[in-house]
Amino acid sequence: MFIAINQLNKQFLDKDKNPSTVLKDIDLQIEKGEFVSILGPSGCGKSTLLSIVAGLTEATGGEILVNGTAIKKPGKDRGMVFQEAALFPWINVLENVMFPLKKEMSKSEATEQAKKYLRMVQLSNYLDHYPHELSGGMQQRVAIARALAMDPEILLMDEPFGALDEQTRSRLHGQLENIWMETKKTVLFVTHSISESIKLSDRIIVMGTRPGTVLTDIKVDIPRPRDKHKEAMIKIEEHVMSYLKKEIDKVVSEELNHETSI
Amino acid sequence: MKPVYKRIIFLVAILVLWELGGRLGLWAEIILPSPTNVFTAVYVGITDMTLVYDLIASFRRLIIGLTIALVIGTSIGVLIAKSKTADDTIGSTLLAFQSVPSIVWLPLAIMWFGLNDQAVIFVVILGGTFVMALNVRTGIKNVSPLYLKAAQTMGSKGIDLFIRVIFPASVPYLVTGSRLAWAFAWRALIAGELLTTGPGLGYTLQYASDFGDMSLVIGVMIIIGVIGAVVDQLIFQRIEKSVARRWGL
Repeated sequence: MFIAINQLNKQFLDKDKNPSTVLKDIDLQIEKGEFVSILGPSGCGKSTLLSIVAGLTEATGGEILVNGTAIKKPGKDRGMVFQEAALFPWINVLENVMFPLKKEMSKSEATEQAKKYLRMVQLSNYLDHYPHELSGGMQQRVAIARALAMDPEILLMDEPFGALDEQTRSRLHGQLENIWMETKKTVLFVTHSISESIKLSDRIIVMGTRPGTVLTDIKVDIPRPRDKHKEAMIKIEEHVMSYLKKEIDKVVSEELNHETSI
Repeated sequence: MKPVYKRIIFLVAILVLWELGGRLGLWAEIILPSPTNVFTAVYVGITDMTLVYDLIASFRRLIIGLTIALVIGTSIGVLIAKSKTADDTIGSTLLAFQSVPSIVWLPLAIMWFGLNDQAVIFVVILGGTFVMALNVRTGIKNVSPLYLKAAQTMGSKGIDLFIRVIFPASVPYLVTGSRLAWAFAWRALIAGELLTTGPGLGYTLQYASDFGDMSLVIGVMIIIGVIGAVVDQLIFQRIEKSVARRWGL
């Protein structure tokens, strides 16, 4: 198995020093080249899970193996795209994409590599622009090019299109799908949008809250591009919704209880 | 009307009233010399080169002092931002030092270095160092965690992370720190020069005062004010604005 998440647990200490469990016994196997969405309501720990895979957060139990090696730290084998583009404002678009390449290749090679991925996200005309001169969607495309430029085996995406407007998001879905088919990366895509996950992924991991667990693992067997198969998409959406509804109800009732107990 | 026209009309009006008041005998020339006499005094000072030498001498002290202040301030700032122990010890003391006007160090400085350039430069250094250190510390502590995470996923850590991400990310604070350091240093310089030997703008101010040359006193005051405003608005505020825009603040 390419990525193996075994019995992963994560606890935080809350402000009263009580341990609270964010992730409980997560087991997940992902094959090379798969596009996997992790879907769940806010607070289910899906971003934490991704952060642990990235090596930015430490798990309190269990392990994550990539190609059989345990993950402890961030590494260039895993590129990450955050909800905010996180571009560095003091350097231009090209230099941002070259950032991860500085050490391992010559300047001209790095420039070529960066330009190649900027072409892929169709931003070749913006090489010397600074991040503040770009729209949110363009910034996010630069961030994707930057993550791809170091040629990672895995692309981790934490609600990358969450802050964008609907039209931009739908355009970027198409671009991401093309990039994925072209580069054959393994993608782990965190989202709270059901339609987004159905449109993009091979598999949807539905997570529940408090503690975060894997509720179900749904295979999406619809030919791409999927916009032409609306009926099949709606069917899966209903299936996913049946799992999520219980979770959302649980969150709402907990919040109500919390309110009355104050 | 454009603000610049309003400003010009305002200044002209003040000059006219100031000149008229003197000519109508509302106040004695020694209390408040007229603008024409002030400008004559400045003109003479510039043509016989005395004010030019003063300016050169003052700027030499300022540039030496401010450069040292920025280097030391930045180093202390980085140290206290990165080391908890340094922050708990040096960091808390800095605020106390910052609230003392640096000119109070002059008596000690004169004992240590003598009545000379070095004493003034020492006071200038103290004027700029602390405010720079405090701003650098704030800048480094306020680097967005998102930048750090993003850089880490791209294999950056340790010194590389500091040089390529943390330091450039805190540039807005470095600029603000430099601007405040300049302002404090400029005040410290003039105060220090008032009490030491020339040449220097502060020294000439004191010298003119001793000889009752109020035209020159006001002339030097205007020079000090104009330089202060010009450096602040034309240099530092512009840099600050363009940095803030690019950094998306």
